[in-house]
Amino acid sequence: MDARDTAIINQLQGGFPITERPYAEVAKTLEITEKELIERLENLLAKGILSRFGPMYHAERLGGGLTLAALHVADEGFDRVAEQVNRFPEVAHNYQREHHLNMWFVLATETPARIDEVLAEIEQKTGCRVYNVPKIEEFFVGLRFEL
Amino acid sequence: MGLTARDQQLVAAIQSGLPLVSRPFADIGARIGLSENETIERIQALLTDGTIKRLGVVVRHHELGYRANAMTVWNIPDDQVDELGRRIGAVDFVTLCYRRPRHLPDWPYNLFAMIHGQNRTAVLHNIESLIERCGLKTIQHEVLFSRRRFKQCGARYIDASPRQPAEGRMHSQSGGPP
Repeated sequence: MDARDTAIINQLQGGFPITERPYAEVAKTLEITEKELIERLENLLAKGILSRFGPMYHAERLGGGLTLAALHVADEGFDRVAEQVNRFPEVAHNYQREHHLNMWFVLATETPARIDEVLAEIEQKTGCRVYNVPKIEEFFVGLRFEL
Repeated sequence: MGLTARDQQLVAAIQSGLPLVSRPFADIGARIGLSENETIERIQALLTDGTIKRLGVVVRHHELGYRANAMTVWNIPDDQVDELGRRIGAVDFVTLCYRRPRHLPDWPYNLFAMIHGQNRTAVLHNIESLIERCGLKTIQHEVLFSRRRFKQCGARYIDASPRQPAEGRMHSQSGGPP
């Protein structure tokens, strides 16, 4: 990562032009060539610094379901339960956190009804009670990092 | 819901990422039988109506040196949660802020705010500043630091391709004091 990569990430966290030659447009504001921009993006994706370059969808508007849920897992069984949970293709993120409720995962499903079904399956498979905390209201969605 | 079959195809075609080619929208259009112009128009429409929240890069914060991330949770009286949620969400280092349901008696917290930082000290300092700036001194809260990330992949809403096997990646989150 050098200063140019940083500039690219800062610029593209804010959005992307929907035009015929969008990379050329972005490259121009960054004072690099289109080819260099594309190569640097390929490289940042290959290195795993960027997880994706594309859309962030509003799940509910697509007719999908989205939620955050938590489990309390005993320390000795933690890795086993993590594997059981991660095996569900609907689980998009999973974090171990420092709390009695120590496993927190995001579930994204093709329909809202699938949320309850998958959570019930997770409960059954892991033997842990699931705390489902779907969003009621969103106050901010930025998730961008000034580098 | 409101998506046409064509828009569903479009959403599926770009969900894993935009093609890294000079004319990405021509490329996407060709895959689903739309012209470049139609593709651009439909994507713009999906952005305008909020189906696509934004288009751009999604960073792996851990790889960028944001090694500490804390989910802060707050037990805010119901009649103040909108006002305080807006105030907390407007603070620059808060990256996500949601109202969520309580599960009494185990879980009394109804507001979640995500705070990232280079290390734990920086995150804790930000939380102190948040309490000060938003008047949260009397609000019960907890800080849930992440210890390990097991999985981070883009949510997939429309199944357009064969399912990939679930990832078993584990990243240990070292770098901060215990």
